[in-house]
Amino acid sequence: MNALLTAEGLHKAYGPTFALAGADLQLYAGEILSVMGPSGSGKSTLLHCAAGLTTPDQGRVAYLGRVLSELDDVRRSALRRREFGFVFQFGQLVPELTALENVALPLRLDGVRRKPAEQRAAALLERLHLSDKAKARPGELSGGQQQRVAVARALVTEPKVIFADEPTGALDSVSGEQVMDLLTGAARRSGAAVVLVTHDARIAAYADRGIVVRDGRTPARAGIR
Amino acid sequence: MTIATAFLALLESRPRHGYDLKQAYDQHFGHDRPLHYGQVYTTLAKLLRNGLVTVDGDETSGGPDRKRYTVTEAGVTDVQRWLEEPETPQQYLQSNLYAKVIGALLTGRSAAAVLDAQRDEHLTAMRELTRRKGQGDLADRLICDHALFHLDADLRWLEHTAVHLDELAEQVRG
Repeated sequence: MNALLTAEGLHKAYGPTFALAGADLQLYAGEILSVMGPSGSGKSTLLHCAAGLTTPDQGRVAYLGRVLSELDDVRRSALRRREFGFVFQFGQLVPELTALENVALPLRLDGVRRKPAEQRAAALLERLHLSDKAKARPGELSGGQQQRVAVARALVTEPKVIFADEPTGALDSVSGEQVMDLLTGAARRSGAAVVLVTHDARIAAYADRGIVVRDGRTPARAGIR
Repeated sequence: MTIATAFLALLESRPRHGYDLKQAYDQHFGHDRPLHYGQVYTTLAKLLRNGLVTVDGDETSGGPDRKRYTVTEAGVTDVQRWLEEPETPQQYLQSNLYAKVIGALLTGRSAAAVLDAQRDEHLTAMRELTRRKGQGDLADRLICDHALFHLDADLRWLEHTAVHLDELAEQVRG
């Protein structure tokens, strides 16, 4: 089976500090892949490189045969908007916009008119049990509700891949579980693959398989002898 | 917890027939291991013999065994004692794992690989529990959560130990 997204031999340094030192990742259509590792291991940088948010110093990332570093900024941004969805630890919702407007935002940025964009956003909010919060601004929502809005926003473009970086890192265990149930349930229904970065094994357990990042590498398993 | 103790708790909630007891046990306590009828009646016989339950009804028209069982004062005391006594925290898994890590270091094998193999095993078990949780009712979810939190604690220990392996190797190899 061909991978949907492949990252090979990624290296990335910030000044004298290396974040990635030869990391690989393969993601197949419709799967949920966890990326685990201790703090500072490079797992978030790996996600950022794989999603085309950061350009690696070495190595390449290919999505459906297209090498991200060979696309110009406009094409790479368009690919991210249309094919990828994102959920970060702190929601990163626009504080001035309502929940509905936040969810509709990726569609609006992609040129979809307000009414159809907000209709799709409203349908997603309903699926995530947030219809009654459509007009609320992020500051009026709990942390768990904000993350559910972020999940809805990530899903609204019907992406092929959702990149989730510590999506429950700021939540208590019950809210975190709700967010994960909704995120993975919605992804499985829509057929989207998920790259799930987490340091929490209980969150990683929602994945179909996992890789571990250590010191910027994704080492192959060694034998005991 | 023994089957007998679970029966006493179920009978304290209300008197039951043997069949009802089995159903209630399977629902609340026997998620992976439903009782055989043989176990139900040997356990009840033992509880009767020890004066912890009595038979307060015998409806012979309803089937081969329609005896209704009620807990006695002594049975209630047993339930009380069981609930009051904290469980012994189980440390065995860590001890076994620790012994394997030391064994690998002593014999010049890769202790990191031992930890990696165990991490994979734990995560596989956690994925299965998470899948099961998604299909279950609240009782199932809480039982799975209990196992998941324990496995998570083991994994934290694995990560913690992985960080200290070089230092530990120096100590072990003297």
